[in-house]
Amino acid sequence: MTDADSSMRTSAATRLYLYVALSIIAVLVLIPLLTTALGGFKSLGELRTNPFGLPSTWYWSNYTDILFGDRYWRQMINSLVIAALTVFLTLVVSAMAAFTFAHVRFFASGFLLNYFLIGLMFPAATAILPLFIRIRDLGLLDSYWGVVLPQVAFGLGMSILLFRNYFRNLPEELFQAAFVDGCGYIRFFWYISLPLARPIIATVGIISFVGSWNSYILPLIMLNSESKYTWPLGIMVYRGEYGTSWQLALAFITLTILPTIIVFFIAQKHIIAGLTAGAVKS
Amino acid sequence: MTELSLPTTILPSKRGARVAKSGNPLARGRLPVLLLFLPPAILLFTIFVILPMGEAAWYSLYHWNGYGSPQQFIGLRNFQVLFNNAAFTQALWNNGLIILVSILIQIPLAIWLAMMLAHRIAGVVVFRLIFFLPYVLADVAAGLIWRFVYDGDYGLFAAVSGFLGVSTPYVLADRHLAIYAVLAVIVWKYFGFHMMLFIAGLQSIDKSVIEAAEIDGATGWQKFRHITLPLLGSTVRLSIFFAVIGSLQLFDMIMPLTGGGPSNSTQTMVTFLYTYGVTRMQVGLGSAVGVVLFVICVTLAFGYKRIFMRND
Repeated sequence: MTDADSSMRTSAATRLYLYVALSIIAVLVLIPLLTTALGGFKSLGELRTNPFGLPSTWYWSNYTDILFGDRYWRQMINSLVIAALTVFLTLVVSAMAAFTFAHVRFFASGFLLNYFLIGLMFPAATAILPLFIRIRDLGLLDSYWGVVLPQVAFGLGMSILLFRNYFRNLPEELFQAAFVDGCGYIRFFWYISLPLARPIIATVGIISFVGSWNSYILPLIMLNSESKYTWPLGIMVYRGEYGTSWQLALAFITLTILPTIIVFFIAQKHIIAGLTAGAVKS
Repeated sequence: MTELSLPTTILPSKRGARVAKSGNPLARGRLPVLLLFLPPAILLFTIFVILPMGEAAWYSLYHWNGYGSPQQFIGLRNFQVLFNNAAFTQALWNNGLIILVSILIQIPLAIWLAMMLAHRIAGVVVFRLIFFLPYVLADVAAGLIWRFVYDGDYGLFAAVSGFLGVSTPYVLADRHLAIYAVLAVIVWKYFGFHMMLFIAGLQSIDKSVIEAAEIDGATGWQKFRHITLPLLGSTVRLSIFFAVIGSLQLFDMIMPLTGGGPSNSTQTMVTFLYTYGVTRMQVGLGSAVGVVLFVICVTLAFGYKRIFMRND
């Protein structure tokens, strides 16, 4: 048996070590999540005596009360609308700008690109107070747009960079061929660049959707009325309201993260690739 | 370009192309596309990113409650107040500590797991999925879940200490322990992301280098220390970069866990900004925090690029 062969195969001892180590970490990751989901089925008393195990009686009402109330759904819809607007606007605005950086030569193009890349260097939190004042003065406080516009603006740097790099790597011949056929920039963008850019549209879309769906600080500062609250704000309020009734808070938390987990398991390949490759490529 | 000039000379009807060629090789309808495609991005970015940042610098020189216009110019007094504020220095220290823990614990853990998952054994995909799961959850949800875990009356900590027969520690209410509890949640939430970076990094390593080392009789540790780790260098730097950025904007997770307490022991710069700047509408002071954060971010971004990423 050569050394090269041994590296290909994993011995029984290594295998055992791998499974034990990986399982311990997996348990550490999953236990908080599972106890949260199970805790939602328990009574407060049982939570105190038996936080780990299966509930002795399953209190479905903790969950169904939330599902049949309108609070949960309203928050989910608010989050969904804000995320959808953010994704749409980010895609449109950044793809258009990136296209000009990739294909149109114009005065100060390099300077302008660097201008957008400043946005990569600092988080929205740095300018949160002036941002709040600006949104207030524009009369957008407590509206979806008050959250969407800053989110889009702060995502532009990364999105433009990703789109531009992708557009630039499309074969030059495409452009020349289209141009010879009398195709202008705008038609080229619409009929050739965009259809070919589906992978990067997915990447940018996933990054901005996840960012918006999970975002907390911007909605916290921009939204005042509970009817507009996104779910991260909603669970904080719910938890505050029900104080130590942990079983209700746990059911609520479980229901709010459930869509994320389901979508993650369905589209895990794309989501992992989008969130990590997006980070690496920029 | 030679291919391009041929059809234009043969077919003079393509006038647009000919005109374009004299100016820019690929230009046709250049102005409309610029006027249509660039302004939305420029406007949004200027109004909601650049101007607010500039305004933060301006407001930071004033004492202002956010109504009317800033009148009371106080020079650099806000910064003076800031650096003499125990809560703010604690926040700076905590941000540093988070970066340190990321580098010393999270990244080695991520490399270790990535290397284990590089083996061809059944179930690798499932483990990878589980490890990445906390990263997709919102920080707020993760914070609340762990608040339950740490809860001294109902949570897992209560159960475990009850089982061991010791008195329950209220970790999040303990001035000395709370920050470590927060650090554990950060590792729990983010190690999967760093692991994914390293999995990608490992995949790009040429297998023949490692095989060559095996033929030369290198042990497992030698292979790792002298081949894999150096070849992962750029990934390690990338990973550190994300750890630093993440630490500097950490807010969402702290709020549900401790809200910066007890007695400011778990403040970060952003939670400090929120607690002292936003909720009390001290625009000047809050903007000063923003300026400090901005300066740190920009210095790090430039310094980091210059020192570490030159070769990448």
